[in-house]
Amino acid sequence: MKVEQISIFIENKSGRLAEVTGVLGKTGINIRALSLADTSDFGILRLIVDDSQKALKVLREQRFTVSITEVIGIEVPDSPGGLTSILQLLDQHNVNVEYMYAFAERVGNNAIIIFRFDNVDEAISALSSHGVKILPSERITSI
Amino acid sequence: MIWNDDFETLPREAIESLQLKRLQQTLEKVYATVPFYRDSFTKAGIKPADIKSLNDLQNLPFTLKQDMRDSYPYGLFAAPLEQIVRIHASSGTTGKPTVVGYTRRDIDNWTELMARSFVAAGTNQGDIIHNAYGYGLFTGGLGAHYGAERVGASVIPMSGGNTKKQLMIMQDFGSTVLTCTPSYSLYLAEVAAEEGIDIRKLKLKVGILGAEPWSEKMRQEIEAKLNIKAIDIYGLSEILGPGVGIECIEAQNGLHIWEDHFIPEIINPETGEVLPDGEKGELVITTITKEGIPLIRYRTRDITRLFKEPCICGRTHARIERLSGRSDDMLIIRGVNVFPSQIESVLFNVDGVEPHYQLIVDRDGNLDTLEVQVEVNEQTFSDEIKVLQGLSNKIRKDIKDLLGVTCKIRLVEPKTITRSEGKAKRVIDNRQQES
Ligand SMILES: [Zn+2]
Repeated sequence: MKVEQISIFIENKSGRLAEVTGVLGKTGINIRALSLADTSDFGILRLIVDDSQKALKVLREQRFTVSITEVIGIEVPDSPGGLTSILQLLDQHNVNVEYMYAFAERVGNNAIIIFRFDNVDEAISALSSHGVKILPSERITSI
Repeated sequence: MIWNDDFETLPREAIESLQLKRLQQTLEKVYATVPFYRDSFTKAGIKPADIKSLNDLQNLPFTLKQDMRDSYPYGLFAAPLEQIVRIHASSGTTGKPTVVGYTRRDIDNWTELMARSFVAAGTNQGDIIHNAYGYGLFTGGLGAHYGAERVGASVIPMSGGNTKKQLMIMQDFGSTVLTCTPSYSLYLAEVAAEEGIDIRKLKLKVGILGAEPWSEKMRQEIEAKLNIKAIDIYGLSEILGPGVGIECIEAQNGLHIWEDHFIPEIINPETGEVLPDGEKGELVITTITKEGIPLIRYRTRDITRLFKEPCICGRTHARIERLSGRSDDMLIIRGVNVFPSQIESVLFNVDGVEPHYQLIVDRDGNLDTLEVQVEVNEQTFSDEIKVLQGLSNKIRKDIKDLLGVTCKIRLVEPKTITRSEGKAKRVIDNRQQES
């Protein structure tokens, strides 16, 4: 259920983001979802790709600072309050959301949101025991 | 092992009487042959004959780097050009370089002192010395080269640059001793890792590193990364080149200054007054055997302490503490004195932080600003902004606690700070361009 997310350290210099996507594009790696968190000096680019190990290798070769983080993808009903009920459930189980971002595509009527938790295993058990759908990693990387 | 037992273990009284005799000869010589010294002694109201004890040395005026520039190129030479067999020059970043001429006997003495230094660093005949100091106008390459040959070691005259080839030769030739700047030794280790070479497994056992100030922490880092003993060597081209002083491998605690050739003093850099042994100040050196360009009370700008306690290695020559900085490198940030080496020591104490950093000094209105650029690596990188900001905050706080200066920390991508093959460029001071 856990999905491997690639995180890349990026200085806030023009063109740096394009260099990352360029490296991946040239190697035939598809980006499934992307989020950029930034401060005034640097940013962290987070990516879900179809082949994370290969992406890790080519980015390291190009001297990027890269790490793999475990995240999970959750189907969230695309209706008012859909996300709130999930966040409340996590809160009751004392799981904190470090960050989250949405997939562009959707599954049926549901949106897909990528979550990074401080306690991934606790989050998975809490969510699945309450019927929240967590997407298998193969599903996510092949959307 | 000691290269020259007779001189390196002279009792202190014998050192001092030899120093006085040689000092008096040198003063007579420069007074007679170098107009600059005749003028400056006259202005101070002193004749060479007035110097009757080592204590009288402090009555003589200082010689500054600027005096060497002003006498460019040959004004301070005490020997006619026909007797000069080699000329070196320091890299002047601004204006003219400083020029140093050596007579045959100067080269011979320099070679002797480098031979002493190699042996003090635990190297000897049978060693393969990989000499990556630059050959050329810079004194490092040739100075180390001649000394290594005199010891009877095999010298590989690599000079600087072409790092991958350096590593190939180091592997294939079985180099046992590395001579280069401390920052270049770390760069070699970094490139070795990229090339898949385990530099720790090579035959290297000793690094004789100098030409830039480096901290004790950096020594530990070098020793761990290269699996060698890292020995600090001191020298400056105006005085001789490398081999003015060196740490002995037995103690690795302070650098012996070859006192039968030099008289070291420590002064208060502001007042010029001589400080007692053990106090921190600027190192001043008088050469007492040089013929080409003898220097009287030359202000090195290097900050250190001098101590004369006996050393476990058996050498009796005084030692200077590892340099805590060069007063030229000292930055004044909002009125606070800051040495790059102090910032370096803070960085080394933060887990996982690489020894590559750069200081950018600028002025915002009337306020000095200091930015410390630190490379992020896979060990310090985190997927979470708050963790990286925590790292920045910790470095900023540690610097503030140690130096009392507030700075900005900029985390940069790995390997973006320029690696140097000679002296590392640690400081970019943009204030100078405006004034
Ligand atoms: Zn010693």
